[in-house]
Amino acid sequence: MEIVLSIGIGLFTASGVWLLLRPRTYQVIIGLALLSYAVNLFIFAMAGGGLRVDAPPILAPGGVGDSTAIADPIPQALVLTAIVIGFAMTALFLVVLLAARGRTGTDHVDGREPDR
Amino acid sequence: MTPVLDHLAILPVLLPLAVGAFMLLFDERRRLLKMSLSLATVFALLAIAVTLVVLVGLPNGDRWSTMIVYPLGNWPPPFGIVLVVDRLAALMLLLTSVLGCATLLFAMARWHKAGPRFYTLFLLLLTGLNGAFLTGDLFNLFVFFEILLAASYGLVLHGSGTARVRAGLHYIPINLVASSLFLIGVAVIYGVTGTLNMADLSRIVPTLAPESRTLMEAGAAVLGIAFLVKAGMWPLSFWLPTTYAAACAPIAAMFAIMTKVGIYVILRLFLLCFGDEAGASEEFGALWLYYGGMATILFGGLGVLASQSMQRLGGYSVLISSGTLLAAIGTGNSAVISGALYYLVTSTLAISAYFLLVELIERGQAAGADVLAVTLEIFGDPEEDIEDEDEEVGVAIPATIAVLGGAFLASTALLAGLPPLSGFIAKFAMLSALLNEAGDIPLAHWSFVALLMLSGLATLIAMTRNGIRTLWVPAETDIPRVRAIEAIPVGALLFLCAAMTFAGGPVMRYMEATAQILYWPSEYARDVLGDRPAGHVASDPRASGHGPAGGPP
Repeated sequence: MEIVLSIGIGLFTASGVWLLLRPRTYQVIIGLALLSYAVNLFIFAMAGGGLRVDAPPILAPGGVGDSTAIADPIPQALVLTAIVIGFAMTALFLVVLLAARGRTGTDHVDGREPDR
Repeated sequence: MTPVLDHLAILPVLLPLAVGAFMLLFDERRRLLKMSLSLATVFALLAIAVTLVVLVGLPNGDRWSTMIVYPLGNWPPPFGIVLVVDRLAALMLLLTSVLGCATLLFAMARWHKAGPRFYTLFLLLLTGLNGAFLTGDLFNLFVFFEILLAASYGLVLHGSGTARVRAGLHYIPINLVASSLFLIGVAVIYGVTGTLNMADLSRIVPTLAPESRTLMEAGAAVLGIAFLVKAGMWPLSFWLPTTYAAACAPIAAMFAIMTKVGIYVILRLFLLCFGDEAGASEEFGALWLYYGGMATILFGGLGVLASQSMQRLGGYSVLISSGTLLAAIGTGNSAVISGALYYLVTSTLAISAYFLLVELIERGQAAGADVLAVTLEIFGDPEEDIEDEDEEVGVAIPATIAVLGGAFLASTALLAGLPPLSGFIAKFAMLSALLNEAGDIPLAHWSFVALLMLSGLATLIAMTRNGIRTLWVPAETDIPRVRAIEAIPVGALLFLCAAMTFAGGPVMRYMEATAQILYWPSEYARDVLGDRPAGHVASDPRASGHGPAGGPP
């Protein structure tokens, strides 16, 4: 499982960084989205006790203190917050992107076509 | 402390957030209401900040300083999240609220009409700033950073216009990427240490095994890059002058403190986690800060000389100020850091005043005014405009140019660090501490000294050139109409700098105490987490004597 997750994070990051460095705003926003997926998965991978299958992040009713049966809840809470914030920021950037397209008439990240 | 005063620590976050959200319920046209609510809020924040500064300065038992620890919902740290007010946090709160009052007053003259929801965004920015200064754990730091960044994205675009949208197109993705790095750093640190609480972190770092230590340092380095982007260290700072030059004057003036948030966090985390008590990790990254800071000063100095517009000059002055602070932190010398704190306050005030002043001076010149007129036409509504005409007749300051010129001279002296004002004292304090170090003075210190001097010289040359061009060659410019409400904030900021000169002794003593406390991370950890061994922390923090009661009983 670890190897699948690490390859996944690596692919997301690599594609994200590649797209971030492209000149069109749409590519940049998709790159940002991919990068935020990679980061969210990465936070998961950093849970105390490593990756777990079949382990809920809360105690069962009446269950106490058996740390092998539960997953670390903090990274899950962090991921949730990070997803919400990342989503909001991407939406906000999308608006700016559209405004820039409308104002400058180009979708280049510099707001003007490069001189060739 | 009394139960009422205990809750002061949460107010700087809660108050602007609540008022900002409340104002969304009202129509954009009810400007008077929004104006008075926001004004009341910023002045309340100022009063709270002053109270907090006084409170943390009071001696507590055997110590000469108090720390206010506010566990949210009364969950005991490190399991719950905490707000911590120490001298540094209180100082930054005070600085933020002073800038908040000045820039809001300035914006009330005309800029608030240039776009929608100005007041809400402004108060959210204050919420994020105050929260970032107060929070005691890394993840809430991230949340507050996002709040302040989200508000700043809106504010950069305030007033609209192609230049601002273009600047936003760079500013926003760079900060989004920095936020991703922030999260990666936080996740690595959590993975290694199992905690996000800064005080807990400072206890755990010295005990780490060598193999986890490397990972922890890698995490801290990634996290550091996120903050250095905000602080504007050299290779990460190309977005900064353009963005600051594009933002409208009161916003650029408020942004003067945004780079200082990055500096604040670096100062706090660096000294908590990699300070004198950090064992094998001691001074991790110090050299990067030192040389990076010097490179930033150099870049900023060259930029100042090369700038054509006065706003860009301001942007590069921000870089010089950041670079100086980063290099001073990198020296790891507590006397240099107390000078740097003094420099932080005075340079922030001066840059803020400069941005406001530039807008007033350039008002006589046509270009900027056109844009403003267009945006006012779009967003201003007819009823308000009628009122405005009455106001415009009000107070037009006589001999405007003389006053503006005097203020420009003062801000030149401040930014360049020339003798009569506090900029000089700040630089002098840093330099004398640097050169008073025991033993031989290394070459790096001499280059820092040289760069400090040369950056001052570069600022002086550039500002003089600009001042002559705009103030003494008034061929095609009209005398700008300046209203008292716009002149007062500039005057007040410059006056504060002058006051810091006259009260140099007491202010410097406060800074020295602040810097010394930063050098005792174990004291900080004891105040936040309590004396007792980890198993007993879960009892009522009130019993520990210095923690206030948080949350409902």
